[in-house]
Parts: sequence; structure tokens; C-alpha cells
Amino acid sequence: MKTLDLQELEKRFQEKVDKEIKIEPNDWMPDEYRKTLIRQISQHAHSEIVGMLPEGNWITRAPNLRRKAVLLAKVQDEAGHGLYLYSSVETLGADREATMDDLHSGKAKYSSIFNYPAVTWADIGTIGWLVDGAAIMNQVALCRCSYGPYARGMVKICKEESFHQRQGYESLVTLCNGTPAQKAMAQDAMNRFWWPALMMFGPSDADSPHSAQSMKWKIKRFSNDELRQSFVDATVPQAEILGLTIPDPNLKWNEERGHYDFSPINWDEFWQVVNGNGPCNKERIDARKKAKENGMWVREAAMAYAEKRAMKKTA
Amino acid sequence: MKNESLYNYVLRLGDDSLILGQRLGEWCGHGPILEEDIAMTNISLDLIGQAMSLLDYAGEIDGNGKDHDALAFLRFENEYQNALLVEQPNGDFADTMMRQFLFDAFRQPLFEKLVHSSDAQLSAIAEKSLKETRYHLKHTSEWIIRLGDGTEESHTRAQKALDNLWRYTDELFSETSADLSLVTSGIVPSMVEIKEVWNKTVHAVFAEATLQIPTNNWQFEGGRRGVHSEHLGYLLADLQYMQRAYPNMKW
Amino acid sequence: MSNREWPLWEVFIRSKQGLNHKHVGSLRAPDATLALENARDVYTRRSEGISIWVVESNYVHASDPSDADSLFEPSDTKVYRHPTFYDVPDGVKHM
Repeated sequence: MKTLDLQELEKRFQEKVDKEIKIEPNDWMPDEYRKTLIRQISQHAHSEIVGMLPEGNWITRAPNLRRKAVLLAKVQDEAGHGLYLYSSVETLGADREATMDDLHSGKAKYSSIFNYPAVTWADIGTIGWLVDGAAIMNQVALCRCSYGPYARGMVKICKEESFHQRQGYESLVTLCNGTPAQKAMAQDAMNRFWWPALMMFGPSDADSPHSAQSMKWKIKRFSNDELRQSFVDATVPQAEILGLTIPDPNLKWNEERGHYDFSPINWDEFWQVVNGNGPCNKERIDARKKAKENGMWVREAAMAYAEKRAMKKTA
Repeated sequence: MKNESLYNYVLRLGDDSLILGQRLGEWCGHGPILEEDIAMTNISLDLIGQAMSLLDYAGEIDGNGKDHDALAFLRFENEYQNALLVEQPNGDFADTMMRQFLFDAFRQPLFEKLVHSSDAQLSAIAEKSLKETRYHLKHTSEWIIRLGDGTEESHTRAQKALDNLWRYTDELFSETSADLSLVTSGIVPSMVEIKEVWNKTVHAVFAEATLQIPTNNWQFEGGRRGVHSEHLGYLLADLQYMQRAYPNMKW
Repeated sequence: MSNREWPLWEVFIRSKQGLNHKHVGSLRAPDATLALENARDVYTRRSEGISIWVVESNYVHASDPSDADSLFEPSDTKVYRHPTFYDVPDGVKHM
């Protein structure tokens, strides 16, 4: 194809995006757009699946049957959301199992928050409140993403996830109105999850090389720092209602900016965790690999059976 | 207690659901493929829901103000009356599916009969549970057939699972003399009828799955009277951990 | 023995009696029976449906977006297919 054609195609593509016309799977799109989406959606899918592990860890130990059922349903939703997202990736021509292999080999990333351990029951409430809260902040923005299947998946996911944050908060309300031991458990969880939750929005805008292009393509609508600020602004009053202290001595309302100021993030820790050196990176990946390896014979058996049946039918 | 026979009967139904639901919950996040992870969690959720209704009802019959949580979390090991089958470890996917299939094939005809119980509440719980169980049995039958008649490896694994679990199946149909009095008053069905249906189901599915029922029919029992395998203690240690470590708190 | 991956299936759900089946997403399954069961577990966890269709994605034939102009634009000019194209005198009812 001539260069001129390519430029023309790219120009038309950008015009469509600018006019808020959604891009659908078979439409022409720049290679980089496709690659960016595959990378971003599969990271998002991996985050859902790896995110099942820290919480899944508490299913057998939930303190009562109602909480057990809620947690099961929530972790199951994450499997569902992972699946919707892998579906979206497949519309771009990327194969789900191959995508997962990239996760297992360390080539593909996922949200660094899930590399932190869930060590007490209060962590479950805190993950629902802060981690899902941060995720929702991101996902609501993605509902307007220029790529149709991703945007539609996000709408469905956001609808389903509205209960995730609420159940977490409700669980913390119970702890914070409970015994001193329960309140202390909640504060301890807050202390450990606050900073990792803020890191979920990704590197600061200055260090986010893909951001500008993603904004132009309307894959992203808000910058990492904007979303992080909205999250802090929304969360501080919620913490006050719980009576929990946010572990940041510099957190205070800035009248002039109309936002909360907060301390700088420890980016060394962020990059270390992203690059494999978080407390649970190895356990998380090992658990996913094991599930895939242990499931191999099951998937083969079902396929072999289906093929035998199909042969019998044609015979 | 108003009706000790009915209490024990309902408690057993509830304990079976509770312990099996707890076991299946261990799979969440570790299933052989995402779709099946979601399916197993659905079954687990149904079972936990059944446990809540059944244990609440048991508490009501008992009249001591115990709700489902008091019964689920605050008994000693020998007070649980679940069958040995449901407390067996998950093992591999074949072990889990086989355990679930053998159980579902028992629960479906049982709930079908319990729908007609002269006890209105038991009948209502059975009606809701029956719908769920029908789906469970359909799903696990499909899987047993695919594993049995899939690859050589899956066949071997499924056969091994059947060989291991077969000896826990008779206990599902055990009846105490108290149960027989409930049968006479039309509250519960006779296990003889249930076993007939169960036999038909498992024989048909195993035939299609090319699996052999073990010739050694030496059977284990004990769960129904509180004598459990070593596995239950560990399961309860997880299940009860929070309630034991932080007694008398709201969650 | 098969090393093939489970095929992809497109899932369509009728949310209630009287409505069309609508495409909701896809999933992997070894055959139609399990595809239906998986679709039930994955896509109707919140009572979203009363009927499910699954179609192996391989069998879906799609129109080519680059033909969109020739396929769909001609009908844009055929406004006479729409009832608002026609003027009816005031006072005529039930039409």
C-alpha cells in the first residue's frame, strides 16, 4: 500500500475518533492503536484474574455465611470480568491463551496492588473499598473509550462492580463500629493499603510515555494524576466517616486548588513491585501457572470428547 | 426440643450443603479454565445459600435461638452430621466433579420428594434447592461423561476418583430409627426410593462415561453420627477461624 | 489426543419474553452443550436472561466494513421506506 493511502486512512481514523464515533473490531485502525489496546485490555484482564487470589485466600475463612457468600460472588465476578475483557482482546485478534501465557512468562503486567498480601479479614473490606474504589474511578472513565468492545465491556463491568465497593465499605463500617480489636484491624489494613491503592493509577503524568497518544485516540480520557486526585478527594471524607486515619501526615485540604494535597508517592517501591519484586509477585504468578497446568488435561479431555462426538455424527 | 428427629434430619441436610459449599469455595481462582471456575463458584454459592436456610430452620426447630452462623461456626467437630463424602478433599478436577456428581445424583431425587413433605418449611426449602440441584447434576453429569470418555489420562483420573469415592456413597442413604418415624408421618421420603433413582442415574452416566463401578463394595460410614475423617478438622479450622479467634463479635 | 484450544463461541441472550436475542459477548467451550452451560454461568449471574443462543464464532460471517458505503448508504436515500415520508391530511386517525 502506498504511504499516501496509509496517511489518509490514519487521518480518517482520527476524524472518526474526534467525532466520538466508536471503532469496531473489523474497522481499519492503526497498528499502534491495536497494539496499545491489546496491551491495555489484557493487562486489565490479567488484573481481574490475579485479583481473585488475595481475596480468594479468605473465602474459606470468612467470619459468617453472609460474608462468605458475598465474597464468593465478588471473586466470581472478577473471573467474569476477566473473561469479558479477554473477549474484548480476542476481537482484536489476540488469542486468550496466548495472552495468558504472556502473563505467566512475566512479559505482560497486571495491577501491582495484587502483589500485596491480604493478611487479615479487614484487608477484604479494605480491598473492596479502596482497591475497587480506585478501579471503578478508572473504569468509569473507560466506559467512553473509543474502542467499542472495550467500552461496552466496561459498562457491564461498572454496573456489576457497584456492589464490590459498597460491600467492602459496609464490612469496614461494621469493624469500625465494633470492638477495639476490630477497629485496630481496620486501621492496620488502611495503613498497608492506602499507598498501594494510590499507586494503582500508574506513574505520574510526567513519566507516562504512552499517555498523550492514548488521550488523542480517546482510549484514555483522564490522566493518571487527574484520576488519582479524584480518588483522594472522594476517599478522604469516606475515611472520616469510618473514623480511620489516612497514613499521610501531609494530607490536607487545599482551598485554593479545591483538592486535597498529599505526600509524594514512593515511586521506587512502585517500580520494584511492577517489575516483580513485590511481596507476592511470585506466589500470584505461580498460582495462575499451576491452575493452567493442572487444567491442561481437563481442557484436552473435553476437546477430545467433542471431536469424538463430531466424528460419530459425520460417520 | 420440639422435634429432635426433624432437627437432626434438617441439620444433616444443612451440614452436607455447608461442608461441600466450603470445599468448592477452595477452587475459586484456581479452576482449570475461567468458565469452569465461575461454574464451580455458582454451585458453591447455591450450597452456601441452602446451608443458610436449612441451618436457620434447624435452629428454629431446636428453639434455642441459634441462627445459621451459630450452627455453622460454633459446633465441635463431632457435632457436624455431614456425610463423609462431602468432606473429602478437592483433589484434582476429576475428584471434585466425581464427589459433586455422586452427591447431586442423591440430592436431586431427595429434594424432589421433599417438595411433597408435609412440613411446609422443609417443602419450601426443597423446592428452591431442587431447581439449583437439577442444574448441578446436569453440569456434573456432562463433565463425568467428558472426563470418562475424553482422553486416556482423563479416563484414568476419573476412574481413580470413582474408585476412591465409591465407598462413601452408601452412607448418603443411611437412615436412623428416628428418620423412619419421619417417613411414617410423611415428612421425609424413604431412602430406599432415593437410592433406586440414584442407582439408575449413576449407572447410566458411568456407562456413557465408560467408567466401571468398583467391585469391592466395602463401605465407610460415620459422618452422620459425628465420626469424621481426618480431613474435617482442617476444614473446620479454616471455617471457624474468625469466630474462634474473635468470639462474640459482629462482622 | 487433541492439543487444540477450546473454540470461541458468541453468546446471545433474550432478556425477557418478547425481545430479541442480543449479542452479549463470547466465551470458550469445547462443545455446544458446555457452551450453553458456561454462557448461563458467565452471562446470566444477575438474572439477565431467559433464553440463550450460542454460535461458534467461526460460523459467523460478517459484512466487510470497507464495503459499508455500498452496502448501507444506498438505503439512506430511500426515505420512502419510512412512514414519516408520507403526508396524511389532518384529522385522519388510526394510521
